[in-house]
Amino acid sequence: MSYMLETNNLGISFGGLKAVQDVNLKIEKNCLYGLIGPNGAGKTTLFNMLTGVYKPTTGSFSLDGENLTGLSQETINHKGIARTFQNIRLFNNMSVIRNVLVGLHNQPDFKCNPFVSMIHAKRHYENESNMRNRAKELLRIFDLEEERNNLACNLPYGKQRKLEIARALATNPKLLLLDEPAAGMNPQETAELMDTIRFIRDEFDLTVLLIEHDMSLVSGICDEITVLNFGTVLDHGSTRSVLANPEVIKAYLGD
Amino acid sequence: MTYFGYVKNDFKFKHIVNYVIVGAALILFTVLQLVGAIPRSTSYLLTQISYSIILSVSLNLVVGFLGELSLGHAGFMCAGAYIGCYFGGILSEYIGSKLLVLIISMLIGGIVAAVFGLIVGLPALRLKGDYLAIVTLAFGEIVRNLCKNVPWFGKSLGLSTKTYGVKLFIVGFAVILIMLILLQNLIRSKHGRAITAIRDNEIAARAMGINVTYYKLFVFVFSAFFAGVAGVLYGNYATPVLYSFFSYNYSIEILVMVVLGGMGNITGSIISATLITIANFILTTKLSGDLAAIKNLVYALILMVVVIFNNAPALQSFKEKFSFAALNDRLMEKKRAKNPEKFAADIRNDSAQWSRIPTKISMDEILSTDVVSNEGIRDEGDKPSAK
Ligand SMILES: Nc1ncnc2c1ncn2[C@@H]1O[C@H](COP(=O)(O)OP(=O)(O)OP(=O)(O)O)[C@@H](O)[C@H]1O
Ligand SMILES: [Mg+2]
Repeated sequence: MSYMLETNNLGISFGGLKAVQDVNLKIEKNCLYGLIGPNGAGKTTLFNMLTGVYKPTTGSFSLDGENLTGLSQETINHKGIARTFQNIRLFNNMSVIRNVLVGLHNQPDFKCNPFVSMIHAKRHYENESNMRNRAKELLRIFDLEEERNNLACNLPYGKQRKLEIARALATNPKLLLLDEPAAGMNPQETAELMDTIRFIRDEFDLTVLLIEHDMSLVSGICDEITVLNFGTVLDHGSTRSVLANPEVIKAYLGD
Repeated sequence: MTYFGYVKNDFKFKHIVNYVIVGAALILFTVLQLVGAIPRSTSYLLTQISYSIILSVSLNLVVGFLGELSLGHAGFMCAGAYIGCYFGGILSEYIGSKLLVLIISMLIGGIVAAVFGLIVGLPALRLKGDYLAIVTLAFGEIVRNLCKNVPWFGKSLGLSTKTYGVKLFIVGFAVILIMLILLQNLIRSKHGRAITAIRDNEIAARAMGINVTYYKLFVFVFSAFFAGVAGVLYGNYATPVLYSFFSYNYSIEILVMVVLGGMGNITGSIISATLITIANFILTTKLSGDLAAIKNLVYALILMVVVIFNNAPALQSFKEKFSFAALNDRLMEKKRAKNPEKFAADIRNDSAQWSRIPTKISMDEILSTDVVSNEGIRDEGDKPSAK
């Protein structure tokens, strides 16, 4: 059986700085996998490589057995990896539902070439109303349906994070990368988010890889975790055993 | 649902406001022309207005909706004018109908310009903001200098063309109407959403799988096509077609129309193109002889005053109160008050905002390279947070 995500000695250096080195991840299908590590450890950089923002300088990675190393961001998304951003990147000038509609853009059910749209043929209208229904369903999961006509930038912070997840889900990924999804949320929102993440994993048959500093979230939902420190893997394995590792605790708390 | 049902459901007055304006102008002036109530000079002015509107609205797609600064619009127009009119001249020996020749040469000019648009679109994929502006500006200059040196195009004497006559503006307004329908439909579709997503946040758009390359090229080609068509209209109005007309000054004038009308605001582009063309026309006719020298001065002054007033805070609130969008909102508010169930939540269409937003063209974005650039990696993905 091939893993959903497998990386082989994945690494990148910026000039002399080796930001990430020799990362070997093996993530099974439907796993909720955590990626933790102190600030500057290279977690986001790893995400950027997995989504094609940066081209890895060494190593390779594959999704469900298919090698995706070096492909463009768009292609990687089409192949089934979607992400959220650490510093939220919504389409701020668009309404909430429109953000999700952009996520639905490439879904095969909604294909429609620009010339059909230019004359607003019937296909265009059908498409739009189908897309809108799908977008509403997605928003409902995240409890954002009521706010669908507000501008994205007017949402409170926690909801913006949720909207980013909804938008990423709209692209129908196999693997969802969440970069600090609970940052800026209060404990209650975090607890809700944990439920939501579990729910979408089951509902959409997803594999989730998430970066998080909030240990209650990590130990609460992650089946397995990997710890990055200075760009290298410090430890990996089941959540409980990794969090008990004295070296991991040391890396987090300092000497 | 039936096709008509969909159309009816989707109908909003603000969607057709531009068709109404242009359509009414087309009908009114055509009738006046047919009864002979339009003096020759006015019909020429109307022709000028028609190609100015085509130019400004098509440029608005690039600048306002895609968010890329292009200063080569006159270059596309030039390519269309020279090549379209050159073939128009040949065709007119075989085809009797002037209108048919005009239509064919507009298509030729448009397609040639679209090819040029594709060529310019390619650097647009790598460059941003000011850098792209410089490349497109250089492109415009290259095109007109090429046209100047092609032997068939009359070299520095210009390409002499057959003018279409006083009824040209009717064709011009019809072209505007067609362009508006195609362009507005495009914008109010998933493709328009993708284009505005690229403007709003290119990185996020890529991460959502939007094919940025495709859409940037598409927009450049679409807008260049209509610039080329405008060029052919110009060539059928003025003879000879002279390379000096298409200088970068003219590109900037088109950009001024777009900026004044408002980025991403099509109605605004139509109105400002009309007003600027009229102002230009009046200045050119009134200030002749010795006074011709101060034409540019007066023109610049008018522009400055308009720009200042356009951005005045006092006027801003006035505009917010009395714009079409605001009127529409208020109307809806009333309807909702009368019949709350029917107009519950879905009343505010999600596309309501697109005409009111600023674009991403700003110097500080270009200058803020706080991510270490490295092997062509520029400000992509998440910046390392400085904690
Ligand atoms: N484009 C780049 N050019 C140069 N260095 C970079 C670039 N991107 C990231 N880095 C460096 O890589 C290292 C890892 O950064 P990264 O953002 O991946 O950390 P992180 O683990 O996500 O930290 P945090 O928990 O603060 O989000 C940092 O030292 C950063 O300066
Ligand atoms: Mg990070």
